[in-house]
Amino acid sequence: MAINVIAPGLSTTVQDLGRPGYYNIGIPLSGGMDRYATRTANLLVGNPEGAAVLEAVFMGPELEFTEDAVVAVTGAELPPKVDGRPRETWTSFMVHKGQRLSFDYLKKGARAYIAVSGGIDVPVVLGSRSTYTLGALGGLEGRKLAAGDVLKRGMAASAWEGRTIPANLRRMSGSPAELRAIPGLYWHRLTEAAGKNFFADTWKVAPEADRIGYRFKGGRPLEFVPRTPPFGAGSDPSNIVDACYPYGSIQVPSGTEPIVLHRDAVSGGGYFMLGAVISADMDLIGQLQPHTPARFVEVTMEQALQARHDRQAMLHKVRDWLGAKAVS
Amino acid sequence: MAMKQILSPLPGTFYRRPSPDKPLFKSDGDRVAVGEVIGLVEVMKSFHEVKADQDGKIVRFLVENEEPVMAGQPLADVDG
Repeated sequence: MAINVIAPGLSTTVQDLGRPGYYNIGIPLSGGMDRYATRTANLLVGNPEGAAVLEAVFMGPELEFTEDAVVAVTGAELPPKVDGRPRETWTSFMVHKGQRLSFDYLKKGARAYIAVSGGIDVPVVLGSRSTYTLGALGGLEGRKLAAGDVLKRGMAASAWEGRTIPANLRRMSGSPAELRAIPGLYWHRLTEAAGKNFFADTWKVAPEADRIGYRFKGGRPLEFVPRTPPFGAGSDPSNIVDACYPYGSIQVPSGTEPIVLHRDAVSGGGYFMLGAVISADMDLIGQLQPHTPARFVEVTMEQALQARHDRQAMLHKVRDWLGAKAVS
Repeated sequence: MAMKQILSPLPGTFYRRPSPDKPLFKSDGDRVAVGEVIGLVEVMKSFHEVKADQDGKIVRFLVENEEPVMAGQPLADVDG
């Protein structure tokens, strides 16, 4: 019941639905950046939605299977191949003992989720198998995969090849990507013009965007309302007295490049946050390639909650479609 | 002689020099051997070498220094 890592890809990590409950002591949520893709990959191979999968960014790994397994790849369009023969994404397929799973060039999106029947069996750390590489926690020895690694599989329930998720239940961002956001506590630090510009401008994903935060470039620099820095805040107008950083919060150091904190976020610091991207759109961020255009769209809390509800309804449709029970 | 292309393995920013004050890895018309570095792609705060997958002569680069690239995008025409 093992999978040999022949080539690891760029940064392939073991992820599940994350490790909530420790953010107050600086340990972030972690887990798949695209949670919908993580859940659906698992459902396709008959796993509980919260089983551990592989998250491969921009480039797929090459894996050798030592036992038969059912596999599904969701999220990014990273075309899978079994012994060099193409397979479909968002569709379960068989990989037989001795066969190799590899991937073609990335076509769309950024992160592919590779689920195998039985799930990836690594030790559960603080309630999760997710890898937090910055803290060397969870996953396979707290790090990304390397050539020569051996991944264990859990016990598989019944799984079938050929299960597929219809196109209207696959989620991909448009171009430019539209990320809905709610202005937050520190919104008053911006001038009225700067606040308007932030939502009006088209930004581009910076190449340094990663699991900790997604950085955006290319919009107009933000202007701040003049002030005398409060005790404990730095002298830059974007500084605040240290505060908690919510998941999804948008900080803009020196007013130039917004950073949206993602699943490996740092939990606090001294930059103002103009608001937060709504939870329903966090998955989309994980699928943005460097240099792709994105806009921030202002919404109310009511709209954000409706969007969350819509996302859950979509997941229910997938569960119904696959005849799966709601388990996580 | 068949014309082939070297493709970018990753999306990111393409660099033709190892650092700003160093010469180009390769120029149009240079010969390359399998495994030789022809450029770098920067993504997620790290640089990844792009290597030639065949011997031949670089006919021309198709992407300039510091230009954005997509995964699978041709970087150079090579006459094998």
